[in-house]
Amino acid sequence: MKKTIITVVGKDTVGIIAKVCTYLAESTINIEDISQTIVQGYFNMMMIVDTNKSEKHFGQISEELQALGEEIGVVIKCQKEEIFDKMHRI
Amino acid sequence: MINLFEVVETNEMIAKENLDVRTITLGISLLDCIDSDLDKLNDKIYHKIYEAAKDLVVTGEKISRDFGIPIVNKRISVTPIALIGGAACKTVEDFASIAKTLDKVAHEVGVNFIGGYSALVSKGMTPADELLIRSIPLALSSTERVCSSVNLGSTKTGINMDAVKLMGEIIKETAEYTKEADSLGCAKLVVFCNAPDDNPFMAGAFHGVTEADKIINVGVSGPGVVKTAISKVRGENFEVLCETIKKTAFKVTRVGQLVAQEASRRLGVPFGIVDLSLAPTPAVGDSVADILCEIGLEYAGAPGTTAALALLNDQVKKGGVMASSYVGGLSGAFIPVSEDQGMINAVEAGALTLEKLEAMTCVCSVGLDMIAIPGDTKATTISGIIADEMAIGMVNQKTTAVRIIPVVGKGVGETVEFGGLLGYAPIMPVNQFSCDAFVNRGGRIPAPIHSFKN
Repeated sequence: MKKTIITVVGKDTVGIIAKVCTYLAESTINIEDISQTIVQGYFNMMMIVDTNKSEKHFGQISEELQALGEEIGVVIKCQKEEIFDKMHRI
Repeated sequence: MINLFEVVETNEMIAKENLDVRTITLGISLLDCIDSDLDKLNDKIYHKIYEAAKDLVVTGEKISRDFGIPIVNKRISVTPIALIGGAACKTVEDFASIAKTLDKVAHEVGVNFIGGYSALVSKGMTPADELLIRSIPLALSSTERVCSSVNLGSTKTGINMDAVKLMGEIIKETAEYTKEADSLGCAKLVVFCNAPDDNPFMAGAFHGVTEADKIINVGVSGPGVVKTAISKVRGENFEVLCETIKKTAFKVTRVGQLVAQEASRRLGVPFGIVDLSLAPTPAVGDSVADILCEIGLEYAGAPGTTAALALLNDQVKKGGVMASSYVGGLSGAFIPVSEDQGMINAVEAGALTLEKLEAMTCVCSVGLDMIAIPGDTKATTISGIIADEMAIGMVNQKTTAVRIIPVVGKGVGETVEFGGLLGYAPIMPVNQFSCDAFVNRGGRIPAPIHSFKN
C-alpha cells in the first residue's frame, strides 16, 4: 500500500512536532520516517506515514491536519506518495 | 525513499511557481447518437454525455486533493458535431439547438468548457459541414461554454480555400453577434491546419473519429516552473540551458501522467494521451514570454525570439516524451497573447507584432492565438491571415491554428478584457494592404510535394 507524505512548513515555534504527532497517534497513523530542518528561522518537516490502520479516510485526515496547521500557525499538507515518486524517480 | 529536498522542490513548484494540471478532458464519441429526428438526437446526446461525465468534476477534485496538485479545468470534447448533426439538421437553428444541448449538459455536469462544435473540411465541405460553419455565430452567441473549431487544411490534403474564405466571414459575424461582450465569441472559435484528434486544450478540443468511445486526455502546464529552473543557470551555455529545461519538462509531464492514469482508473475510462504543452495563464509568473526573457531576450519579439522559442519547444518535447509513453495533442509551447502577461507586456512595449508572432508559430505548437485586432478589419484580411498560418502548418507538417478576435467598436491602442483564464489584450495593428483577389479565387491549394510519401 502506498504511503502518505505529510509536510509542515512555517515559522519555528515550540511544540510543532509534538502537536502533529499527537494528532497522528490519536488517529492510529504510524510514522515511518521523519526528516526536519530549519532554514532561516523557517521550520520544514516531512513525515512518511502509513494511514492504513486509521479509521479516518484520506480526505478527513487531510482536512484535520490543515486545520491543526492553522491552529499552530504553520502550513500542513497531506499528499499521496506517488506524486513525489513519479516526479523524482525514473 | 523520497527525501525532504525532493518533497520541498515539488511543493514549491505547486505553491510558488504555478505548477498545475491545466485540464482533464474527457473525450466522448457521439457517433452512436446519430438520428434523423432532431429531438431524439438532442436527447441522446444529452444522456450520453451526462452519463459519461457526471463523475468527472468530483473525481478531478479528489485526485487534486490526494496529490496536492491543482487541476484547474475539467472539460469535455465530443465528436465533431457536423458529422453527428448532418442527418437531422436542415437549418442553422437546428445545428444551434445541438450547441444548446451541449451547453446545458456542460452546466449540469459542472465542466467549464465543452469542445467539438466542429467541422473537418480540410479538402471539401459537405452541406452539413457548411451549415454547421454558418451556424457558429448563432451557436456561440447563444451558449456560454461551447467551443468551436474548424479544420481547414492538412499536409495530406492541402488547404480548402473556400472554407478559409468562409471562416474569415464567420469570425467577423461571430464578433458582431457577441459585440456586447467585446466579441468574446471569437475566443471560443479556432481554425486549424492538421488538427489533432486528441487535443485536450480549448477552444480546439474535439473527439476525433479515430478515437475510442471514451478517453481521458490530460494537459499539463508549467511555464513558471521552467522559468524558475532556468533562472538558476543564468549565463551558462546552451547545453546547460537545454539540459535544465529537459529535466524540468520531465518532472512536469510526470505529474500529468500520474493524474491521467488516476483519472482513467477512477472513471473507468481508457487513458489516451498527455499533452505536454507549456500553457501560460494571465497570472504573474505563469508566462511563456517570461521564459524567453529568462533565456536572454529583453522582450518576447526581440531578435532571437524564434530561435529561443524553437529551443524551448524542442527541449520541452525531449523531456516530456521520456515521462509519458503516450504523448499527443498539441504538445509544445503555447504563445497566446491575451493569456500571457509577458506577451501582453511585449505587445505594449512595441516589441511584438503580428508578423513576428507568425514567424514564431513556425517553431512551436499552435499558432496565432488569442490576438485581438481592430473590429473594422476586413473578412478577406482575416482569411489571408488564416491562409498564411495554414500554409505554415501544411508545409511544415505540424498543427497550426488561428484564434483571432476582431473586437467590434475598438481600434489599435485600446484594450479588451475577456476575464478569467482568457485574460486581456491590447488590440494589435493589422497589415492594411488588400488580399481580396487572392482570397476570392476559390477552390483549394494543392497538397505540398512532400505529402506524397507512398
